[in-house]
Amino acid sequence: MHFIVEPGFFSSQPVHVALTIGGVVAVVSAAVGIFTVIRGQSFAGHTLTDVSTAGGSAAFLLGMNPLLGFIGLSLVGSGTMDLIGVQRVRGRDLATGIVLGASIGLAALFLYLDTTTRATTGATQQILFGSIFTLDPGEVPIVVAFSVISLVALAVIYRPLLLATMSPDIAAARGVRLRPVGLAFMLALAVSVGLSSLAIGSILSTALLIGPAAAALRLTKRIGAALITAVAIGVAATWVGVLLAYDSYYWGSSHNGYPVSFFIVALTFLIYLASGLPARRAATSAPAKRH
Amino acid sequence: MTDRSQPVTANEPDVLRVEGVTVALGGRTILEDVAFAIAPGSFTGLIGSNGAGKTTLLRVILGLQRPGRGRVVVAGDAGNRRNRSIGYVPQKVLLDPDMPMRARDLIGLGLDGHRFGIPMPSKTRTSLVDEMLAAVDAERFANARVGILSGGEQQRVLIAHALISRPRLLLLDEPLANLDLRSGQEIIGLLHRIATEHHIAVLLSAHEMNPLLPVMDRVVYLAGGRAAAGTTDEVIRTEVLSGLYGHPVEVLHIHDRVLVIAGPGYPDAARLAAEGAGIELG
Repeated sequence: MHFIVEPGFFSSQPVHVALTIGGVVAVVSAAVGIFTVIRGQSFAGHTLTDVSTAGGSAAFLLGMNPLLGFIGLSLVGSGTMDLIGVQRVRGRDLATGIVLGASIGLAALFLYLDTTTRATTGATQQILFGSIFTLDPGEVPIVVAFSVISLVALAVIYRPLLLATMSPDIAAARGVRLRPVGLAFMLALAVSVGLSSLAIGSILSTALLIGPAAAALRLTKRIGAALITAVAIGVAATWVGVLLAYDSYYWGSSHNGYPVSFFIVALTFLIYLASGLPARRAATSAPAKRH
Repeated sequence: MTDRSQPVTANEPDVLRVEGVTVALGGRTILEDVAFAIAPGSFTGLIGSNGAGKTTLLRVILGLQRPGRGRVVVAGDAGNRRNRSIGYVPQKVLLDPDMPMRARDLIGLGLDGHRFGIPMPSKTRTSLVDEMLAAVDAERFANARVGILSGGEQQRVLIAHALISRPRLLLLDEPLANLDLRSGQEIIGLLHRIATEHHIAVLLSAHEMNPLLPVMDRVVYLAGGRAAAGTTDEVIRTEVLSGLYGHPVEVLHIHDRVLVIAGPGYPDAARLAAEGAGIELG
């Protein structure tokens, strides 16, 4: 048993907090991630992680809760991208690129100020790469509340979003208002990115958003099954990542441990690679595409 | 030429009335005083070359484009709720092969895709989807991802998607454009069956009218933003089309095909011919 789970894992409060927040965030990221991937908005999602970096570093500078900075600026960023024109395919790259550049510039400034004025070198590490073991238990209700908001928003727009993703023409003809539905999704995406920034760090949160969803989409042919599979993959990668990071403290003699974000991202990537195997087998055994 | 009589339902009120519709976009007149009516359960071809205004006209009917003048009445309703009575199959629906959606899921989305919330599985829903799959002969690929289906198969699924909400009118924008001859014939046969058996009026746009001649009750011929409507015998005539084009054209009947030939000097003749626009140069 000790070979897999090092002593104290299940009785440690930081582990409880990490498993709770990590699990909840993984659920939201995976569910939002499925729609991000099928809508072809992965780049927009990644850009929001950079916006989130700027928000987290600004919050740190002001002595605020980083989560509010992550989510707050992500929401502003997604609104800005919508204004510039993320709905139109041609507007997307433009809007995303402009917001991306601006947010990285802001993040550079805030992180510089964080390290120089507050004399804490930990800020950069914590914002960019996360520190799930050091989170305050008081964060749990806030994380759960934002997660519920994001998931409820996604559930409400589920059908029109799916219809609009499949064919904007058909959706518009059926009376779906594409702009508000698209904006609502961008806001849910912003909240999700803010949450995963807290859990695994802002620049790594793309991995939790896209990885489980991309793997699930290779394994399933129904949207409902894809959602469930992505959630299972995301939660599994996060929990096993937390376990490995805890265990890694006992690896070798230095007792430093490895960052949990590394394990989560590495596991997600490995699962994505492995998901290609059944997909490839299915592709080679299926009859060639008809024309 | 077949001499088709009016549909037997001519005494019912029209399911669609387009009244004097004029549309100008960016200072260019796309449609000018277009007027026609469609009877329930009838099959109408909307014929015109690329750029003649077919898609714009369909968008006006759907309520997605507001006409500068004139109005559209669908099933007696000229207001915003009229698209509830219309099923729509747009041109070029790009169905991603990676989209996690089976044919039956896409058809089910036709029932409630515009509503908020998550779809709840129910026996009624499943049996309605099964009924639609049968109506378009799509049972064979019901559980395949829509993105990997052939063009003809996708067209059937999209028709079922449009039909499941039980519209009075089915609009299809160039459904034959990317199909080979045989798939096109099958889709035309299917639509004709839907019109007669389910009593749903079909309005189908195409740039080539010959494949539609055996099934069309009426034709709406668009050229230069203006329309001529009636039976094929009334519309596909030398004097009618010459008036529409504002240039002498000749209508020739060769075996069971119709050729519309532009007289010498028609400015767009080469372009129209190049686009396979139903205008064939002599």
